[in-house]
Amino acid sequence: MSDLILTLKNVHTDIAQYHILHGVDLDVPRGAVTMMLGRNGVGKTTTLRTIMGLWAARDGAISFDGQDITGLPTPARARLGLGFVPEDMGIFTDLTVEENMMLAAASGPLDAARKERIFTAFPPLRTFWDSEAGNLSGGQKQMLSIARAMAETRKLYLIDEPTKGLAPAIVSTMAAALRELKDEGATILMVEQNFAVAKALGDYAAVMDDGRIVWTGTMAELAGSAELQEKFMGLSMEAGA
Amino acid sequence: MSAAPDHKPTFADVPITERVAQAMPVLLIPILVVLGLLAIGNPSSWLTLTVSGLAMGMMIFVMASGLTLVFGLMDVINFGHGAFISVGAFVGISVLFALSTWAGAPSLALNLAAILLAVVAAMVVTGALGWAFERVIVKPVYGAHLKQILVTVGGLIVLEQLIHVVWGPEEIFLTRPEMLKGSITFWGAALEKYRLLAVAVGLVLFIAMRLVFRRTKIGLIVRAGVENGEMVEALGYRLRIVFVGVFIAGSALAGLGGVMWGLYQEVITAGMGEEMMILVFIVVIIGGLGSVEGAFIGALLVGLMQNYIAFLEPKLALISNIGLMTAILMWRPQGMMPVVKAK
Repeated sequence: MSDLILTLKNVHTDIAQYHILHGVDLDVPRGAVTMMLGRNGVGKTTTLRTIMGLWAARDGAISFDGQDITGLPTPARARLGLGFVPEDMGIFTDLTVEENMMLAAASGPLDAARKERIFTAFPPLRTFWDSEAGNLSGGQKQMLSIARAMAETRKLYLIDEPTKGLAPAIVSTMAAALRELKDEGATILMVEQNFAVAKALGDYAAVMDDGRIVWTGTMAELAGSAELQEKFMGLSMEAGA
Repeated sequence: MSAAPDHKPTFADVPITERVAQAMPVLLIPILVVLGLLAIGNPSSWLTLTVSGLAMGMMIFVMASGLTLVFGLMDVINFGHGAFISVGAFVGISVLFALSTWAGAPSLALNLAAILLAVVAAMVVTGALGWAFERVIVKPVYGAHLKQILVTVGGLIVLEQLIHVVWGPEEIFLTRPEMLKGSITFWGAALEKYRLLAVAVGLVLFIAMRLVFRRTKIGLIVRAGVENGEMVEALGYRLRIVFVGVFIAGSALAGLGGVMWGLYQEVITAGMGEEMMILVFIVVIIGGLGSVEGAFIGALLVGLMQNYIAFLEPKLALISNIGLMTAILMWRPQGMMPVVKAK
């Protein structure tokens, strides 16, 4: 874990009067998929949003690709190479699929090869290219959300629960696309509640509880230990499944 | 890349009722125009009133377009917008007075050049004023509606009083440039030349705005920003700069609207903008907050309705637009084409 793309040191984040992150320490290695796991409400989404600059860290330091980004505004962080897929997908529903993709390719027009790659991974986006994104189904919106992150090469993809509320068939389409991204060497920090998907895609795992990272290690270690799963995530039921 | 399963959905024909429902806001204009003809009976009176209503609507649209964007994009209720209308009118009309030889000459080219310079001056001043207004008055109260109302109403009062300081307390009467006086006769109806010009300007502006919004990246950023500003920033765009740009453009448009309205009324007062704001707010609300198209349709409906009713039943003219707003909000509570989803 020597080559780190992102490190968080003792990050505290408040949302209104609530103290949500209580000193998050997190290392994200380059070229691997790190899964952030934990119960609902422990601060996983807040951590991603703090990394993106959408919530300000009250205390602590965030460094990305060798640069301290703690005080940078969100657009500057994005331009450094952070791609964000939010939990609510953040689709612009009044814009067409094409317009959504045009915005996502901030540095220039979407090149043909990349477009083709996205269509191969997510065929419905080709079908509905000229349609308003608001008319897409939930699964298709999630495809668009991930496709937007893929519109440019990002140094780090922050992906928040990409399989939330999706039918199993679409979950596997999504997992396959993320697997491709991973195989191309992308670095991903992902929040995922679906342990099967997390296990299949993750190289490393970071378990959160109560606004802190309480365990880090390899995914294999976590997946192989029913004890760890039960201790940190109350996953004893799923572990046997 | 391994292919996901093919995607070959079957497309159903959209039933005619749904198509009509979607197009309904646009259809309201011809419906109102036809109803106007039926109610008025006399085609030449009807044509005069229709052109008059369209001209009025176009001018309201020019003033409202900036406000709806500022509200949609920045969630800012800017009552100060009315002051930009007045300031624009005073600056523009002052320039026209200075160019009175051009404005008084019987040459359409010179007349239009004088108006163009007046408009440019008004837009530059109100644009700059808008920039200062955003920096000093609005910036500290982003996200707090009640404070916005208080502070922008305060700004409105200060600007109005400043007009009194600079131009004096009296209303200023003016006459239109020579070639824009009077009317032309068409099918027995008298159509004021200036109103035809106002319709043309409004149309050109609307088409230009639509092109910017549909065909340019900055337009896409604005449209996307109205819906989800956070995500636009997460894609790497500095929305703050776009915000300020839209605020400046919206203020400049208010200035343009002020010049047009001043020339239409042939009198300007410091309070004219504030008076217009009632109609402007009605238009923004019935159009759907943040929607330029909605504001355009709403403005035309308001202009036509006002003129028809004033002719048919002058006593009802005052409440006709409130009635229109009530009816539209009962039909579509978020306005005809809402862009800003209920927050």
